[in-house]
Amino acid sequence: MANLVIVEHDNNEVAAATLHAVTAAQQIGGDIDLLVAGENCGAVAEEAAKIAGVSSVKVADDAKFGHHLAENLATLIVEVAAGYSHVLASATTFGKNVMPHAAALLDKAQISEIVEVKSADTFVRPIYAGNALATVQSSDSIKIITVRTIKFEAAAAEGGSANVEAISGGTDTGLSSWVSQAVSSNDQVDLTSAKIVISGGRGMQSGDNFSMLHSVADKLGAAVGASRAAVDSGFVPNEFQVGQTGKVIAPDLYIAVGISGAIQHLAGMKESKVIVAINNDSEAPIFQVADYGLVADLFEAVPELDAAL
Amino acid sequence: MKILVCVKRVLDPQVKARVKADESGVDLANAKMTMNPFCENALEEALRLREAGIGEEIIVASVGGGKTEETLRHGLAMGADRAIQVVTEETLEPLAIAKVLKQVAEQESVGLVLAGKQAIDDDSNQTAQMLSALLGWSQATYCSEIKIEGDKATVTREVDAGLETIEVKMPAVMSADLRLNEPRYVKLPDVMKAKRKPMDKIELDSLGLDTANRLTTLKVEEPEGRAAGVIVNSVSELVEKLRNEAKVI
Ligand SMILES: Cc1cc2nc3c(=O)[nH]c(=O)nc-3n(C[C@H](O)[C@H](O)[C@H](O)COP(=O)(O)OP(=O)(O)OC[C@H]3O[C@@H](n4cnc5c(N)ncnc54)[C@H](O)[C@@H]3O)c2cc1C
Ligand SMILES: Cc1cc2nc3c(=O)[nH]c(=O)nc-3n(C[C@H](O)[C@H](O)[C@H](O)COP(=O)(O)OP(=O)(O)OC[C@H]3O[C@@H](n4cnc5c(N)ncnc54)[C@H](O)[C@@H]3O)c2cc1C
Repeated sequence: MANLVIVEHDNNEVAAATLHAVTAAQQIGGDIDLLVAGENCGAVAEEAAKIAGVSSVKVADDAKFGHHLAENLATLIVEVAAGYSHVLASATTFGKNVMPHAAALLDKAQISEIVEVKSADTFVRPIYAGNALATVQSSDSIKIITVRTIKFEAAAAEGGSANVEAISGGTDTGLSSWVSQAVSSNDQVDLTSAKIVISGGRGMQSGDNFSMLHSVADKLGAAVGASRAAVDSGFVPNEFQVGQTGKVIAPDLYIAVGISGAIQHLAGMKESKVIVAINNDSEAPIFQVADYGLVADLFEAVPELDAAL
Repeated sequence: MKILVCVKRVLDPQVKARVKADESGVDLANAKMTMNPFCENALEEALRLREAGIGEEIIVASVGGGKTEETLRHGLAMGADRAIQVVTEETLEPLAIAKVLKQVAEQESVGLVLAGKQAIDDDSNQTAQMLSALLGWSQATYCSEIKIEGDKATVTREVDAGLETIEVKMPAVMSADLRLNEPRYVKLPDVMKAKRKPMDKIELDSLGLDTANRLTTLKVEEPEGRAAGVIVNSVSELVEKLRNEAKVI
């Protein structure tokens, strides 16, 4: 058995999510190689070579991979995948975008967002917003997999000494080109890896009121998240969204403020270790998953919490 | 430009999925079903493109058995011109669905395919990407804004880091995110009109495609629930418990 893990990166650094995909590969067993495709991404390859348990790092440094456009990157994955039994990536918007494209070119199924490795061909994945878990067995010769990061520990970023090999290949399909990226909140603690997250919902009433949450977050070293309703209402940008169609997170502490607890929101946070709900409606479904519930007006409770910390 | 919109019939998002006692799957008997919400966004976008003079005929297509026709009729009531049901009672995987939709897209000579970014039942988030690969067309997933000008489109995508804008050549396959638009409500006269719109039915077997499943579902089970929590009476009690009982702050 041999695993190929597609490294997610910004041409400077390995994304933390990749370390979780490496752990899933370790659980499958066999050699683990990494593929770094990008432009001027030598630093990424060096960093990747230090990840514990990795045998070799293949680097395709080429302008056509600079922005990880799915059509070009998939052609490279297809060429490299030939020597592997498993090809994995994290189930981030990067992995979700490119992996099915590569899978279809290979005429293979994709097993999306696995949460458990049962054996080399059998995996568990959530369906119906996490309300059911399906155990699926694959008969494909190459298994294309995306990994739900919260269910696998991060592999050690240091300790390995893989050899780095430059490769060429892939096609410039010329189908799409990158224009720009808007990142509105780069001083934020990263939502997906934060130990503590405080999220606001429609009950927050405005974007300005989120400053109350940011103040608490600063004291706790926490990230700020949101429900879809808060994003749709324009209180905060889309990258704050937690849920079935936003980010799936599992911090040690999740504080839901003015969030009702819809199925789709729970799908993104119900694996958190400790859940706190602050809501003025004692019937809100969020209380059914909360370890600690506080029935209170958030406009009183949050400043009080801020003062108590 | 003809537009193909791929729509799927799913369990209503307000309904909590219940796993069958024999662990063979989710119990959908008598459950309330609707058009996948993301597919409604895809269709709404097609309708707006037609209203803007960019789209011409809009075809809604779905692969499925039983009552799939109901979902397609809903699409016709929203405003699609005609519908194609590829009939099968089997549950196909995204790769097979993409193979079927590729044939439909080619047969109909469409210039754009719009799909939902994910189906809320199986949550695969694959079909549009696979279809793009099989057609050899540009791919734009998780779209929150689509601007088509001539033979290219500028698309804003919702990604983990924020918003990414890319330019794609047409023809293209695009998948809709929820913030792409607000799908319109269907009015009763539209439902009546939809009954008279054309609905083609194609038997899956007649397409001669390899749609064999690659995955076998061994079992479907309910996830472990969370133990019941407590209601605290004050912020100070909450902070005390988080510090000394849960030890998370
Ligand atoms: C296909 C699909 C995908 C979806 N994906 C997601 C997703 O990824 N993430 C997501 O979050 N949602 C998602 N949703 C939306 C989801 O169904 C809910 O609509 C949404 O989560 C509701 O957000 P909310 O809890 O902030 O708002 P509401 O449901 O309106 O709840 C607001 C809560 O605030 C409380 N409140 C109001 N004022 C106060 C106050 N002063 N003090 C204290 N409490 C107060 C109220 O009691 C209420 O419980 C999706 C829906 C669909 C159909
Ligand atoms: C109990 C149970 C077990 C299952 N087991 C498996 C299994 O083992 N393996 C497996 O792969 N699947 C399984 N399925 C799911 C079923 O096969 C999926 O519906 C199919 O794989 C498509 O996945 P998706 O809908 O999540 O696709 P996504 O890629 O999430 O769908 C995205 C978009 O593609 C389009 N689309 C999807 N399906 C259709 C369609 N039928 N017609 C037209 N357009 C469509 C829509 O625009 C949709 O918004 C199971 C389902 C259940 C309920």
